[in-house]
Amino acid sequence: MTEQPKYRLKVGLATCGIAGGAAKVYRALEEKLEGSSIPLERTGCIGMCYNEPLVEVIEADGQSYLYGNLEPEDSTRIVEQHIGEGKPVTELLVLGRGSETDDPSYFSRQKRILLKNSGHIDPEEIDSYIAADGYEGLKRALTSMTPEEVIAEIESSGLRGRGGAGFPTHLKWSLTRKAEGEQKYIVCNADEGDPGAFMDRSILEGDTHSVLEGMLIAGFAIGASVGYVYIRAEYPLAIRRLQIAIRQAEERGLLGENILGSGFKFEVFIREGAGAFVCGEETALLMSIEGKRGMPRFRPPFPAEKGLFGCPTSINNVETFANVPRILHQGAAAYSSLGTAESKGTKVFALAGKIKRGGLIEIPMGTTINEIVFDIGGGISTGKPFKAVQTGGPSGGCIPADLGDTPVDYESLKKIGAIMGSGGLLVMDEETCMVDVARYFLTFTREESCGKCTFCRTGTNQMLKILEGITEGEGREEDVDTLIEMAEKIKAGSLCGLGQTAPNPVLTTIKYFRDEYDAHVREKYCPAKKCKALIDYTIIEDACTGCTVCARQCPVDAISGAKKEPHLIDQDACIRCGLCTNSCKFDAITVTSMPKGEDELCHR
Amino acid sequence: MEADLKADLKSLAEEQPLYALKEIVMRHEGQKGAAIPILQDIQGVFGYISPEMLQRAGEFSGIPVNDLYSIVTFYAQFRLEPIGKNLIQICHGTACHLAGAEKITESLQFETKAPAGKTSEDGLFTLEKVACLGCCSLAPVMTINEETFGHLSPDGVRKVIRETRKISSAEKSREEVTS
Repeated sequence: MTEQPKYRLKVGLATCGIAGGAAKVYRALEEKLEGSSIPLERTGCIGMCYNEPLVEVIEADGQSYLYGNLEPEDSTRIVEQHIGEGKPVTELLVLGRGSETDDPSYFSRQKRILLKNSGHIDPEEIDSYIAADGYEGLKRALTSMTPEEVIAEIESSGLRGRGGAGFPTHLKWSLTRKAEGEQKYIVCNADEGDPGAFMDRSILEGDTHSVLEGMLIAGFAIGASVGYVYIRAEYPLAIRRLQIAIRQAEERGLLGENILGSGFKFEVFIREGAGAFVCGEETALLMSIEGKRGMPRFRPPFPAEKGLFGCPTSINNVETFANVPRILHQGAAAYSSLGTAESKGTKVFALAGKIKRGGLIEIPMGTTINEIVFDIGGGISTGKPFKAVQTGGPSGGCIPADLGDTPVDYESLKKIGAIMGSGGLLVMDEETCMVDVARYFLTFTREESCGKCTFCRTGTNQMLKILEGITEGEGREEDVDTLIEMAEKIKAGSLCGLGQTAPNPVLTTIKYFRDEYDAHVREKYCPAKKCKALIDYTIIEDACTGCTVCARQCPVDAISGAKKEPHLIDQDACIRCGLCTNSCKFDAITVTSMPKGEDELCHR
Repeated sequence: MEADLKADLKSLAEEQPLYALKEIVMRHEGQKGAAIPILQDIQGVFGYISPEMLQRAGEFSGIPVNDLYSIVTFYAQFRLEPIGKNLIQICHGTACHLAGAEKITESLQFETKAPAGKTSEDGLFTLEKVACLGCCSLAPVMTINEETFGHLSPDGVRKVIRETRKISSAEKSREEVTS
């Protein structure tokens, strides 16, 4: 027997880790450890994105130390001091004995079931997954259950679709099972298109086999022998890991003919999306796999009856599939013990925006917004007051800070006009202009509308024009009411989820932040000082040292002044790009927005 | 497409583009709904899809050129013009928007002289606004030729561009000397 190594090192190498510099740290460690017997492993997203790059050192007794915010040079100290002398480098620690940060609450307030493997196992090694009880759920399903029993187990777990709409998973499966057809399909929707969402990517990169296992169990349950993963082409690492996982599962007889001797056969193909947000909608997704423009089809017939290539098809989201092996392995009762009456289990969120500790988090359903923002996220990064969170991306809504006690579950979020969504959770502070946020999302949906339904195609365009007018100081008194009226019509007159939900960001910001709309419309004033047409950049005479840096930065030569003399911004020439504020080392340039009626205060 | 195969096809495309194109199309023979993967592979090898490539892909695959055209104009991934030496993708996801992606874009436009969505006249830079690169904790974010840069400032990106310009110009003049 080989001796247990004294230390093991793991580097979080998911896309965001790599973007943060983890690959360089990995290479530096590799160099340092050359010739030694210390294993250096790669793993997926550890979850603490705000501390990337992350390296975990695990001692033989299981004691774990997590190092964060590393530079490649730091690897020397970790290897020499911690590995060499057994003394952890406390000032680099973000978690573990001796750590001086308050980060432990980031993990302790979470419940990581789905993410239990991500950041721990090597996603490119099937044995690493199997050692963590991988493929046990499939084994149980294939060797001791009938397909109907599998569906019943999913039903009693209470699992609902994690793509955002929350449709009960067992219903989708049993409808597809009952539908007539020789060939049936399983489709995994990995077209994670919401800006600000990276949960599915992280699961696919960190725990690839769990998604495959979920698809296999689903295939067995509905009687399908073929599965497709429809994944964004923008996720090259997830695609590569999927290819590896499929190959390894085939080699082990977990994909292919007669799986685990049960007679069940299943194969999986990858299809890369080509950059169309609408393809997250299930019927548009099917059109895209069929090689056509991704435009939604009429429903009924639902995909469960007539889906991919005209055959019965069950389409589920990545996170939904990842839940399935856990439910089958640990049993429905354990799973449904978490969550609320109507929303069972946990939900993964990509926590981002103006938050101190942003990253990939997992919470039991029913956790409140405040608990997420403050207990897990550590509050607002800028130190400014918390204003709102946005869930569900372009289909979702803004939830104001005073509704922070709202529990995160399908029904509660719906009641206040937001949606669960796929898991993006954006935190906004006082400096965020809510009209600008609405305009931002509408720009996105206008761009992504496939053009099939008139209301969505021209309606989003029209709404965007009005919103642009408001942010540019051209708003008219009737604009907000027009927006509400159009929003209702677009919701009613659109075929698919894109159009039906596109007005949500506008409606919720009007509902909860009407005063900001009114300030823009009536007083031509942007309280958050974001809308270019309504703000001015001015130099504070007393603070300006005349260093000339801003004048040199200005792309339109709007700043003038002699050396060592206070400078001046020509308001007519200024294009309000903000490059000057960014370059000023003396905080001498301020942004102002004045309500109309106080014209005498205005610098223009 | 696997990296090795892509590299092989790329060098083949330099010598015999038509043959490489045929090779790409034929790899998908018999595949259901092959149109999109075929076009993705063509772009992967050639960098973009020209009208002639579309025509030839139609001939080789038997898929009507109309259908292929409808696909390349629908999906954002497809480029109908060649890109510059350096492809810059600026993330405009929600987190990056909140963190000031607009300012980053403006700054990049000033520095590269390329309008958003286009290539600069010197052919060095192509600017592309993208929906979300999924590195929200590093916002605002951009990628240059697949390398990611996070926590950007308008000032910082100008420096990065100047660096990149220096390297690219040096390469360019070397190429001119050798050819």
